[in-house]
This record gives sequence, C-alpha cells and structure tokens, in this order.
Amino acid sequence: MPAKKLNLRKRYELLTRGMGWDTTYQEMDDVFPYDTFEGIKITDWDKWEDPFRLTMDAYWKFQAEKEKKLYAVIDSFAQNNGQTNLADASYLSAIKLFLTGVTPVEYAAHRGFSHLGRHFRGDGARIACQMQAIDELRHTQTQIHTISHYNKHFSGLHDPFYQFDRVWYLSVPKSFSEDAMTAGPFEFITSISFAFEYVLTNLLFVPFMSGAAYNGDMATVTFGFSAQSDESRHMTLGLEIIKFMLEQHEDNLPIVQRWMDKHFWRAYRLLGLVAAMQDYMLTNSPMSWKEAWDIYFVENGGALFEDLSRYGLRMPKYHELATAEADHVSHQVWSVFCSLGNATGFHTFLPTEEKMDWLSEKYPDTFDKYYRPRFEHWAKQKEEGTFEYQTGLPQLCQVCQIPAIFTEVQTDPMQLSYRSTEYKDDKYHFCSDGCKDIFEHEPEKYAQAWLPVHQIFQGNCGGPTLPEVLDWYKFRPEDGGDYIGSQDHARWQEWKGDAKKEKQA
Amino acid sequence: MAVTAKDGYVNIIKDKVENFHGNQLVYVGWDDHLLFSAAQAFPLPPEMPYQALVSEVMPSVFGHHQDFKNIDWGAVEWILDGAEFTPDLGQSLKENGVGHKSLIRFKTPGLNGINGSRL
Repeated sequence: MPAKKLNLRKRYELLTRGMGWDTTYQEMDDVFPYDTFEGIKITDWDKWEDPFRLTMDAYWKFQAEKEKKLYAVIDSFAQNNGQTNLADASYLSAIKLFLTGVTPVEYAAHRGFSHLGRHFRGDGARIACQMQAIDELRHTQTQIHTISHYNKHFSGLHDPFYQFDRVWYLSVPKSFSEDAMTAGPFEFITSISFAFEYVLTNLLFVPFMSGAAYNGDMATVTFGFSAQSDESRHMTLGLEIIKFMLEQHEDNLPIVQRWMDKHFWRAYRLLGLVAAMQDYMLTNSPMSWKEAWDIYFVENGGALFEDLSRYGLRMPKYHELATAEADHVSHQVWSVFCSLGNATGFHTFLPTEEKMDWLSEKYPDTFDKYYRPRFEHWAKQKEEGTFEYQTGLPQLCQVCQIPAIFTEVQTDPMQLSYRSTEYKDDKYHFCSDGCKDIFEHEPEKYAQAWLPVHQIFQGNCGGPTLPEVLDWYKFRPEDGGDYIGSQDHARWQEWKGDAKKEKQA
Repeated sequence: MAVTAKDGYVNIIKDKVENFHGNQLVYVGWDDHLLFSAAQAFPLPPEMPYQALVSEVMPSVFGHHQDFKNIDWGAVEWILDGAEFTPDLGQSLKENGVGHKSLIRFKTPGLNGINGSRL
C-alpha cells in the first residue's frame, strides 16, 4: 500500500525540524560561527514559527507560476512597444534612479540572505532565509529585464552595477545595504526584513507601483507586483524574527531596540530618494510622499509598534523628526538633484506650473513658503539663460552619505542641520542626530565610509575635473542634464509627434 | 562604544589627512543661502592664507549668487567648528585654527538671499 501523502504542516515540520541535527564531530559553535557574537541569546530554535510553512516543492511551484505570468507581460510590453504608452519620457528619470539604485540592493539582499541561509543555527530560520535569498535574486533578474528593455530606447541605464560602486548618489543605497551585510546575521535580518521590509517597504513599493501604473509603465508595475507577492512573505519573516528574538531572552530587547532605532533611520534616509521620485519625478503622482508617510508609517507603523509594545519595544528613535520632515524631504532632495543636474545619470527638470500647484495643495504649510521660490528662481534663470549648476561638491553625511542638505525642520526649516563629532582626532559630519548616533555607537565602522566627494579629492575617481569623474562613472553626455533638449526628449517627440502630449515642455 | 564584531576588526580611517596629497578638507557653508543646498567641500593646502580662501576659493563656488558681490567682508560673521571666530586674513588656514575637515560657516548680515528669502 502506498504511503499516505503528508499534509503541508507535517511536511514543513519534517523539513525544518526533522532534517536538522546537532553536530557531534564538530562543535555547533564552530559549524555556526556567526550567530552568537552579536549578543542575541537563543535558547530554543524550535520555537521558531514560520506562519507560511512553505516547503521547497511548494516554493518552486508558486515561484514558477509567478515567473510565467511575469515574463508573458514583459514580453508583450516589449513586442507592443509599451514604452510609447508612458505618460511622458521625463517619468523615466524616476525609473532610472529606481533601477540603478534599487536593483543592486536586491542583489545585495540576495547575498545577505544566502549568508543567513547557511549560518543561522535554526533549520526553520535557515530555510526561510534560503527562500528569501532566491526571491531577491529573482527580483534582481526581473528588474534587469526591465533595465534591458528601457536601455534599448532611453539613456542612462547602460551600466547600473558598475555605477552602483562609484556614483555619488548611488553610494547612498550602496552604503545602506553594505552596512547591513557587514553586520551580524541578526542585525542584518532586523535591518532588511524588519526595518526596511516590514516597517517601510510599503513606502517604496505601493506608492511607487501605483505611480508606475499612473504613468503607463506596465513593465515596472509587473515586476513590482510580482516582487510584492514575495514581500508579504518577507514581511512575515521580519516580524517573526523580531518576536522570536524578544521572546527568547529578555537581554535581547535593548540590542533589538538599538538596531530598530538605527535601521529605521538608515532606511528612512534612503527613502528620501523615493520621496523625491514620488513628488517630483513622476509625471502624475498618485499620492504625495507626505500622504504615503502618514498612511504607511504614522498609521500602520504606529499600530505595529503599539502591538510590539507588549515585548517592551518602543517606536524607533527620531520617528517624530521623520514625520516632521515629511513636509520637507522630497523638496530638499529634488533641489539638490536639480542644482547638480550636470552630474546625474538621469535627467532633471524643474516642476511645471501644474506640478507646483499640486505641491502647494499637498504641502500647504511648506511648499509655497520654503520651496516654490527656489524653483521659480531657477526657472527664471533658465529663461534668462543665467542658470548655472552648482560648481562645488557638497559636504556629505558620514553615515547616510546624502549631501548634508537636511534642515532644522522642527525649529527653523531654512537652517541646515549641522552635526559633527570627533573620533581619533578627526572630525566627522552628519546630516542629523539620527546619523550622528549611529556613528558614535560604532565609529570604527563608519570612519571607513567611501564618501564619493572625498574620494574625488583623494584622486581615486578618474581625475579632478567633472568631465573626468563623469567619464569614470561611465556617464555619457546624453545621460544627464536637463530633460528638455535631451535625446530622450527628442525621441519622445519623434514618437508622439504631438507637442500637446509633452508634460515637461 | 566599540564596534560589535566577531573577531579582529580592521580599523581603517578612510579620510585621513595624509590621503589628500598635502591638502586638507575644508567645508564652507553660507548661512541663509539655501540655493547652495549644503556646505561645500574644498581640498586646500593648510598653508593657504585665509585671504586666498575668501578671494579665490569661495568665489569659485559662491560667486554666481547675486549677493556675493555685495558682501562687506568686514561685517561677515564667521563660525569655525561651531564657535564664533574672527579670522586673521593674513594668516594661514592652519594658523587660524582651520583643521582637516573643519566646517567654516559664514553669515552676511543684511544679505539674506534672493529678496531676503534665505535662498
């Protein structure tokens, strides 16, 4: 008589409990050398509960289905010249920033989870990480397909992985992911799975994917939604690991809280780039950064931390500042890109009248008062032909690596928020208390930061002049600068042949 | 605090002054002129006279702002690494206490950006 087929729960149990064993020829601590030095105490890995209870065979089956659907859409997008249905080719600046900034982060996450998939002592946690490692690789691949498609028609997408290791603004996502990858496994998973994927991922994916849909970008919508279905599993993993650590030992709480504070701030700073995309780079924005922040962080995040308060976990430090900054951050980040638009791998453009009115409506307390004047001033200069890009290189924050552009939004929004400290006789500068705290906790780590501006001055980036540096970045002349008058713009006009359809002109 | 690491941590200071080929990094920020969205970074010889910073280096970046040509340098308020100070223009950066990665802020009373907008 054939053996009775096991149910899912039983199969999952066998996979994650039955197939693991404690080693005897070698010490367990030697076999799993990385999961204790951070100070996290785990007394019983069997308490690990994965709500999805996914087995490998089921995983392959689900993922294969998703891939089939995804590639059918990507193929049809390519065959039907889907790029001609975009709202405007200027919209692609958002996609270029997203794809050059985020795709390598997905790959970094793949590497990080592969490490965890080997080095967590618990079988259940290891298997969840292995699956996530494969997911992240899949996301990288699907995004590369989108890069490949848009690269055939538009500038700026020819060398994303090369540029990730060099370009001044791509050092922001790069340092974010390398910060997590160079930490221990528990900190890595707290950073990526909880702070980023659980608490903040909706701010990246939901508004952005709706943004893509609003702008006719079905290629991005498709990879976005295909990735999003994995994200729900990743989020569950993030929440599970936090609860697991907190339930295992009371000594874990202060460590987890500090990681939460740190990686919330790291991830939030990174999302400043997304804020600019959402408010300025999308031709049509489905919601403002501030609206998204209020829904996804203030409301949903607030409820989450209320739920977690029974473990003693509190809201991440400086969350009030992040909420106060929601009225400012997108305007500040986009201002920097506009003033350094001769050194970006995507096109910049000033907000149109229509866009500025939308921003006034969405930011009644701040846009007209603090930000409209600078865009109007630059627009006037452009009209008169007196506009000049900034010729100097900005001071960068030692931790987040964003130019130190953030201001004292709670007291004086027109005053830069200067923070600094000393370590081993050298000075270090920061954009905020959040970044300064992170440095001061582990100065040895952040004193090693590869800051693009400093590297240029050290002579490590192709030469001292802007053209030499841009050449070293592999930025081509047609990649950056104003959208109006660019190759992308010319091509778009050629396709559309109808001046009325241009949003930016 | 010390870094949380498994074992022997290699401590590299990436931006030691020795790495800048005889220069030191100096940041200069112009208060109430936010068209310059951050302080600007310059690699400068420590022996450079402060006067050269004012008349050669700063104009290269700040010069295209309409307020710059109207600055009364005698009235400028300087802040070096968080403390008010009065530079001796004839002395070098080093002699003025401007070190590697020092932040110099300057305020120009009466000149508060385009139409007083602090831009």
